[in-house]
Amino acid sequence: MTDLAQFLFAGLTTGAIYALAALGFTLIYNASGVINFAQGDFLMLAGMVTAVLLKQQVPYTGAITIGIAVTVLAGLLLYRLAIKPAGNADVVSLIIITIGASIFLQGVVQVVLGKNQHVLPPFTSDTPVELLGARVLPQAFWVLGTGALLVAAVAAFFKYTLVGKATLAVAANKLAAGAVGIPTGRILQLSFGLSALLGAVAGIVSAPITTTVSDIGLMFGMKGFVAATLGGLGSGLGAVIGGLLVGLLEALVAGYVSSAYKDAVPFVLIIIILLVLPGGLFGRKSTERV
Amino acid sequence: MLAVQSLTRSFGGVTAVSDVSFEVQKGHVHAVIGPNGAGKTTLFNLITGVYVPSSGKVLLDGQDITGSSPDRLARMGVSRTFQNLQVCMNMSALENVMLGAHLHVHSGLLTGMLGLSRRADARLQEEAAALMARVGVGEYRDAHATQLSFGVLKRLEIARALAAKPKLLLLDEPAAGLNDSETHAMTALIRQIAADGVTVLLVEHDMKMVMSISDHIVVLDQGRKLAEGNAASVSANPDVITAYLGSEE
Amino acid sequence: MKLPVRPSLLVAAAILLVLPLALPNNYTMDIAIRVALVAVAVIGLNVLMGFAGQISIGHAGFLATGAYGSAIVATRLGWPPLLSLVAVALTCAALAWLVAKPILRLKGHSLTMATLGFGVIVNMVLINEVQLSGGPDGMVVPPLAVAGFSFGKLGHWYALAAVVLWCAIWLSLNLYDSPGGRALRGLHGSEVAARVVGIDVASFKVRAFVVSAVLASVSGSLTGHYLGFISPSMSAFTHSVELATMVVLGGMASTFGAVLGAALLTVLPQLLGGLHGYEAILFGLILMLTMIYLPRGIVPTLALRLRRAR
Repeated sequence: MTDLAQFLFAGLTTGAIYALAALGFTLIYNASGVINFAQGDFLMLAGMVTAVLLKQQVPYTGAITIGIAVTVLAGLLLYRLAIKPAGNADVVSLIIITIGASIFLQGVVQVVLGKNQHVLPPFTSDTPVELLGARVLPQAFWVLGTGALLVAAVAAFFKYTLVGKATLAVAANKLAAGAVGIPTGRILQLSFGLSALLGAVAGIVSAPITTTVSDIGLMFGMKGFVAATLGGLGSGLGAVIGGLLVGLLEALVAGYVSSAYKDAVPFVLIIIILLVLPGGLFGRKSTERV
Repeated sequence: MLAVQSLTRSFGGVTAVSDVSFEVQKGHVHAVIGPNGAGKTTLFNLITGVYVPSSGKVLLDGQDITGSSPDRLARMGVSRTFQNLQVCMNMSALENVMLGAHLHVHSGLLTGMLGLSRRADARLQEEAAALMARVGVGEYRDAHATQLSFGVLKRLEIARALAAKPKLLLLDEPAAGLNDSETHAMTALIRQIAADGVTVLLVEHDMKMVMSISDHIVVLDQGRKLAEGNAASVSANPDVITAYLGSEE
Repeated sequence: MKLPVRPSLLVAAAILLVLPLALPNNYTMDIAIRVALVAVAVIGLNVLMGFAGQISIGHAGFLATGAYGSAIVATRLGWPPLLSLVAVALTCAALAWLVAKPILRLKGHSLTMATLGFGVIVNMVLINEVQLSGGPDGMVVPPLAVAGFSFGKLGHWYALAAVVLWCAIWLSLNLYDSPGGRALRGLHGSEVAARVVGIDVASFKVRAFVVSAVLASVSGSLTGHYLGFISPSMSAFTHSVELATMVVLGGMASTFGAVLGAALLTVLPQLLGGLHGYEAILFGLILMLTMIYLPRGIVPTLALRLRRAR
């Protein structure tokens, strides 16, 4: 029983990280229809920058702030320099562009920040806490707490602010939104920045647990995408639930089946899910107008 | 040849098409007209399997084709064109037309790779070129799709549809986006196609074209069939006039 | 009068025949052989990505399956290498068919993700199943021998690679101008139009996937024999991305573009000294810049310019 509790907590923790990555995917997808393959690299970038700054004796909070800032900048630049110039390119081209951006980011990080793995010190303490028979790292609470806060903030943003509603409008119909005067370009820019922010926070808060290295973005991105698709691409709630589900399943497989293949879980899952429920759990049904 | 029976389709709370029935005779040119929002395009999409009706049936030569997929319709001898074009812009004009003959030629990948379909391909090319000339775009034979104007592409689509040697041709607003002289040419083309024995069903806004080529017209208004008959009877029908022009207050 | 052989094939044959004379040393010869072998896989991937428009970023999985399959069958089962190669290629075809059938129902990004998943799973299996594959340390591949003749010298390998490449070019060019090839390109151009003319879109996508998998498998098997040693990194995601970049850069749907892409992106990293980080930056930049400014790739863009100038 204690084993199960352990796995569940581990699963929820990683699930929270995936949920945030998934939320980032959903944001960009909603606003622009683009699947941002570089999403996972936002998590990586923030973690790496923070870790390297710490090694340079920069105080923790300062390092975190800069880490987040650099990542948000990367997100904004991704839109400005790569997505926007592509204009009305088709889905395929845009996918390849974001793949290119992902590889590019990884390369830059490797060259500038090095190929080493870094461990960030936990925010509060290192000693595990006993909870329901499981031993949980305090950092895990930070992850879950921050995750919940961000999700609530994003939900509030969309529901209560004008900018948030404008973003939903752009997602629903870009042309119409533009026609009523919504600055679609700036909204898209904002979505990328916001996604990067979500990714950055997720990356930093999880780095003490997962460690960080230049190519960790791939796994985060993949799993975040699986989570987002599982929940139904375009649904924020779906992204969160999808993330938690993927995390939990992964932990359970790692615990009860095989830890070597735990990383395969999201991929097998996505193939199964997409076949059974092409719209995901909460996906919207759409009719294509010819 | 084509029988539409009590077709109804609702989207949420809006009933776009309500209990529409009519028949298309073989060899005729049959038009569906109506003011904006009458449900013409929805009806068209119901017939071509893009939408599945909420109720009702579509029969082709007695066979139920309701909600059939586009490729099944193609295999049954039905071809269609699109109001806003669905042309493969990554291929040449000729190749687009050749695509239309897909069901009449062996298209195995292995056969293709081994170069065994050379002769069939040459024959396809000639037939496609002839079709392009027939619809009046023969001079663009060597052009790439991206080099052609909207009007030319519309006729190219018809050539592609004809390449399938269909028994029923469905035209989705063939005159949409065309100027006067292009519309004139399109009208003549459709008349010629019908004269060659192909049954034609079109959805159209342009009254002059419809009146001059149609053997039978169905008028829709707000999703319902308002009237049907030949050009003379429909244009004289007071309900039809009211629907288009509004009643005199 | 139409020649029985396309002029471009004759030119290609001529270039392949003359090339060794222009290569100064063994190092450049080695690069030429590697380019030729990878080009076979890229030509195959071009059928899937360029013709049919289905993006795969997991194709290194098939390459590695071909390499490992061939090696394992040759060492463990003692089959002659040529037979192994054919058997493995057929197995890859079956595998591709099994994998493709369900995932090609997906559109756009979902399909891309599924192919990525495939590549990752292959990678994981190769790393973890040490009994089978030798694990992260890789495994030795026996040299290629056909009917007693052993391919030991560089010259032999060049000849073999050139012939195989030429055959792949021949197959691809034939396909481009065939009804089947047109169906693939049509469904890329407009799936709606393709369906309406009766093309069974799902079936064609699967077939394109299978063709590309077989070519990748053959390329992988031969590469394994050539290098004499293979490791799981052959199936890494970065390798899949390299293959996709070669298709995109050279020109989607262009056979010679695929060869050009393979050549450029094999030679360039060599010039850079193969530093991993810089390689990633380069590939990333190329992908982005090509799709933004040259979305058709090098060869088709040039072809378009020439057509417009006429």
